[in-house]
Amino acid sequence: MVALRDRGARFAPTRVGSLAWRAIALIALSLGIMVLDSRHDGAGLLRRSLAQVVAPLHRIVEAPFALRDAISSSLTTRDALRLQVTTLEAQNRENALTLQRLHAIELENERLQRLLDASPREAIRTLTARVLQVDLDSARQRVLIDRGSVDQVTSAQPVIDAYGVYGQTTRINASTTEVILLSDANHAIPVQIERNGLRTIAAGTGDPNRLALPYLPRNADVQVGDKLVTSGLGGTFPADIPVATVTEVRRDPSQPLVQVRAAPNAKLDRDREVMLVWYKPQVISTPAEATPHPAKGKSP
Amino acid sequence: MNDPYATHRLHAYISALIALLLSAIPLPHVLGLLRPDLLLLVVIWFALMSPRSTGLLYAFSWGLLLDAFSGVLLGQHALGFVAVSFFVHHFHLRMRMFPLPHQTFVVLILLWLYQFLMFWIDGVSGHPLNEWSRLLAGVGGALCWPLLSGLFSSLVRRH
Repeated sequence: MVALRDRGARFAPTRVGSLAWRAIALIALSLGIMVLDSRHDGAGLLRRSLAQVVAPLHRIVEAPFALRDAISSSLTTRDALRLQVTTLEAQNRENALTLQRLHAIELENERLQRLLDASPREAIRTLTARVLQVDLDSARQRVLIDRGSVDQVTSAQPVIDAYGVYGQTTRINASTTEVILLSDANHAIPVQIERNGLRTIAAGTGDPNRLALPYLPRNADVQVGDKLVTSGLGGTFPADIPVATVTEVRRDPSQPLVQVRAAPNAKLDRDREVMLVWYKPQVISTPAEATPHPAKGKSP
Repeated sequence: MNDPYATHRLHAYISALIALLLSAIPLPHVLGLLRPDLLLLVVIWFALMSPRSTGLLYAFSWGLLLDAFSGVLLGQHALGFVAVSFFVHHFHLRMRMFPLPHQTFVVLILLWLYQFLMFWIDGVSGHPLNEWSRLLAGVGGALCWPLLSGLFSSLVRRH
């Protein structure tokens, strides 16, 4: 800023020249930063120091919404709370029953897998996170969550909500993390059709209610209503988590590929509680050793 | 420490900070499409009406902060801000003379130039976003210009 203060000779002929030179220098500087930043962690120091400045600003934007939530939760009536408790209790009872059954199945499964000498299923650890009410870039499907490197969040880590896959982490700050949603136009996820195990890729479209399956041949066995789950390929997402439901299948005889659209199961534009998942794609040892990436948590 | 533009500079920083925070308030989808680049409008206004208190470095720093704030490639908005700011600095005497509709039209062109730069950088850096709705943000910004200009002119004295 200092160099820009001496504007004494404002209307001298050299002024325009120096303005242009300054513009060229700054544009070159921006280009340099962009090139560095597009490499992996090229502008790491700059990005980290800017993140320090920006994090409190995000909190300021979030503050009124947090306050509104706090007020509305403290103003809930007794009746509403009682109703909620009754519903949740019923739901909990149901879930407990299902869980018991699942536990039995899991034990059985483990026994059978040991018999077959198959590799054990991946161990999973989870952590809940809250989606901050901050609109990063309205043209892109990205959100901020309130967990960061202090919570040992790592890059490209799966994020799910109560209904299915939500997205994956991209940039990790100290106390916040940027999550790229399933529906972002730059996101794709390996999936398989639950009914027949057909594997393909579900790509985001930029619309939070729609995914596309662009790589299925015209004769592929896919129907409206098919459930898509993660296939576990690629190593980012654990297998068998619900992703989306097929909503539209269009077979055009003149096209080699079938056009398939699917609706994500996760409530991408509504849910504020999500879950971060840690897992190891191939755990050789017992599932008891399931504290992933303990060393990486320290570095910001 | 005898800086005649200190107050203006302070105004410029406070308004830019407010604009930056406003740019992240969640909006419903339709309004979100029209969301103006408020921070850029603030940068344009100060370059136009008080060019001696803010320079290209002001545009650059706020652009860089916006990059970090919105989590895009660092330097992207900074470049756009510097380019737009350069034109405004260069033509500020002429632009001030324009009647308001004319001036708004020039601002619209500048906003579209900026959107085009963003589109281009997104494409080159491998995050293409081919949506015509981008142009709407420029229209939203141009619609905001008379309001913002009127508000700021009554708040800040010209230099």
